[in-house]
Amino acid sequence: MNRIWLFLPLVLAVTLGVVLYWGLGEDPSELDSALVGRQVPSFDLPMLHDSKVSAGPAIFKGKVQLLNVWGTWCAACRVEHPQLNRLSEQGVPIVGLNYKDERGAALDWLEERGDPYSRVIYDPEGSLGFDLGVYGAPETYLIDAEGIVRHRHVGVVDQDVWESDFEPLYERYRKDG
Amino acid sequence: MNAIVKTAEAVLLLLAVVFLAMPAMAQERFEDPELRERFSELTRELRCPKCQNESIAESGAPISEDMRERVRRMMREGATDEEIRQAMVERFGSFVSYRPAFAPRTWALWIGPFVALVIGVGVVLVLVARNRARRQLDSTPLSDEERRRAEKWLRDE
Repeated sequence: MNRIWLFLPLVLAVTLGVVLYWGLGEDPSELDSALVGRQVPSFDLPMLHDSKVSAGPAIFKGKVQLLNVWGTWCAACRVEHPQLNRLSEQGVPIVGLNYKDERGAALDWLEERGDPYSRVIYDPEGSLGFDLGVYGAPETYLIDAEGIVRHRHVGVVDQDVWESDFEPLYERYRKDG
Repeated sequence: MNAIVKTAEAVLLLLAVVFLAMPAMAQERFEDPELRERFSELTRELRCPKCQNESIAESGAPISEDMRERVRRMMREGATDEEIRQAMVERFGSFVSYRPAFAPRTWALWIGPFVALVIGVGVVLVLVARNRARRQLDSTPLSDEERRRAEKWLRDE
């Protein structure tokens, strides 16, 4: 009888252990976006600053941009805001999506904390948010010059997240484009 | 007198509660029991992306409310269950489906148990066959040559 087979259960147990241990380190609340690799869904929504001007997915064409989903009701957005201001100062273009919010409160917020956004889409019903699969603010998307979603982060983008998750992709797609 | 006032107050309060709750209930429910059943089945097999491990039927998160609303709307517009499921998976990923699709990514999930079953049955069959072979060997009478050798060993001992 082939004795090597006796080690099979051990090998299986170790493999299973490694796989499970690796799974422990994963954050289960961070889901893969179904949109990565696909176009930004179509929409037709007014801008926050001027309700007479509306915007569609065309605003994501032409350069690599971030899309940041926020609302004044969102406590974590408060934490994230200074980082967005910093990124904007460094020249990173950020489109805001004001999600399920009130215009007045949102405008006051930007007045008070600074406005890092090149433009802000106003989505009080959360319709674009729904199509993007937003399930909690803040969420940040990296969108390439073709309007294709390349990365999604749920939660605060702090300096660490920016440097590890966004910046390399941002630089890469900027070079490609 | 006092008791009557108290009772009247209680009745009014009860009525107020019932009537205030009605619009919410009306929004929640379909008149047609068949649609209601479909709605409840669909929302039970869609998973809330925010409060994970709850279906959107159970969850009180705002996103679940939005998803229920979308399910309701799509049903009113005549969408099939499959189209509704598809619409949710397209937006929130396959995570939201408690019934994952049969795709390359989920092959292991669907086929794995059957593979394990086949391997298990195979192992049992091999063990049984081997055991039987050994028992047959034990019960075969010794040949003359074997008997002579065995007797020789016993003598030498």
